[in-house]
Amino acid sequence: MPRITLIEFGGKEHLLEVEAGQSVMQAAIDGMVPGIMADCGGSCSCATCHCYVDAAWVERLPAAEPAERDMLECALHPQDNSRLSCQLRVTAQCDGLVVRLPQSQV
Amino acid sequence: MRSDEVLIVVGAGHAGAELAVQAREAGWAGGIALVGDEPALPYHRPPLSKAYLAGQAGLETLALKARATYDKAGVELVAGRRVAAIDRARSQVLFDDGGAMAYSRLALATGGRPRPLPAASEGADAADNFHYLRSLADVDRIRQRFVPGARLVIVGGGYVGLEVAAVAIKHGLKVTVLEAAARVLARVTEPRVSAFYEKVHRDAGVDLRVGVQVSGFELDRAGRLVTRVRCADGELVEADLVIAGIGQVPNTELAAAAGLAVDDGILVDACCRTSAPTIVAAGDCTRFDSALYGRSIRLESVPNALEQARCAAAALVGKERLHDSVPWFWSDQYDLKLKMVGLAQGHDRFVLRGSPEQRSFAAFYLKGDRVLAVDSVNRVPEFMLAKRLVAERVAVDAGQLADESVPLKTLLPTA
Repeated sequence: MPRITLIEFGGKEHLLEVEAGQSVMQAAIDGMVPGIMADCGGSCSCATCHCYVDAAWVERLPAAEPAERDMLECALHPQDNSRLSCQLRVTAQCDGLVVRLPQSQV
Repeated sequence: MRSDEVLIVVGAGHAGAELAVQAREAGWAGGIALVGDEPALPYHRPPLSKAYLAGQAGLETLALKARATYDKAGVELVAGRRVAAIDRARSQVLFDDGGAMAYSRLALATGGRPRPLPAASEGADAADNFHYLRSLADVDRIRQRFVPGARLVIVGGGYVGLEVAAVAIKHGLKVTVLEAAARVLARVTEPRVSAFYEKVHRDAGVDLRVGVQVSGFELDRAGRLVTRVRCADGELVEADLVIAGIGQVPNTELAAAAGLAVDDGILVDACCRTSAPTIVAAGDCTRFDSALYGRSIRLESVPNALEQARCAAAALVGKERLHDSVPWFWSDQYDLKLKMVGLAQGHDRFVLRGSPEQRSFAAFYLKGDRVLAVDSVNRVPEFMLAKRLVAERVAVDAGQLADESVPLKTLLPTA
């Protein structure tokens, strides 16, 4: 299974083994990672699963769809590497992915 | 905190599952049991009337959290058991199978159930092709008859009914929606928003009828299947499948019987504490005073259930997390993403930004210069900003709201 790392705003790291096909958001929920709220359950409706993708990975993930880009524009503290973790599907190629969580989701 | 304490969470929907796990996160050191009357792992309800009904999402995608997560959190899942009563004197919950379980603290997350359709009370509601839509089991039954060409009659033009209509049309069913009020979504939106959704559904091929009261049902000889839906004006609508969605009733009976304060919802404070010192409650079953709106409200909302669950979990370990978030809701129909913020009740002005004809607009409900609520269709930036306009009670200029050349962002106070 691919392994990904989520880093809380405070620096605490969570190394998660994720079944391919799952979203990074679901992996965070299942892994009880604080900082991902996911109020809409992954339907790209709330931007409470906002994360920052490690620079090395930005280009290696499929680009955000327009709906996700719209949400991100209005998320708190957006950056160029912002993504909604519900829209990031983990594949075998994602082994080693690193994402960081923002200070706050709301 | 002593670790021999036991928290029992009654109800394993969005609120219950979140509450159980968050209680552990918040520092609850004792046992946690999450009791639900359904057999499945706690699951996402919103997809039931959308992707799951359409067959686009399988059962495996519905779980709120993996089973391993409950194990990791030390939450014991007690599935398929129904709590029949709370014995506060003995601090026990009593199951309908005769068993009992003792608690130190109790959390009620009993949710709601579909409002029964009065016209179906004389037998139609027991028919094999008559359904409400709330649970996974409901949808699994619906799907058996959810086949192309089937004549589906939906009673109620609310969110659930309209979401089902959209999925059914795409799936090749012949769809009739019967709405008793003069327009769809009448309880929650302004007439222009209702008109927009009525047109969308009619253009898609839905036979949408408003101002139609359902007065009864005709059954086949065996009394097993509804064959026709009878309307008060005498009209008969042929049906292979009937789905009623006319609202929700909060499940408050357990709480009321246990002597908790209940008034169309289990009454809770901003920390989700009930009138009983050892009992908290969260989600659709509750009613609370909204600081934002200055009145008591009851919400049927996943985000609210999750936020209340977090507050209740904090309260259980003696922390204060105040529940004061802005209510919000969403509904996906066809290619339209409807996202709503706030509660429109009491508005005296309505402002439209963008145009329904372009299938992209935001509808603002104002009281004076304050935005009470916003419905946005395919307008994500407006939705995100509207949350702040409503939460921060920003004074706005109606003319600027309607003017698309004024970016909405500029109406927010600068930090």
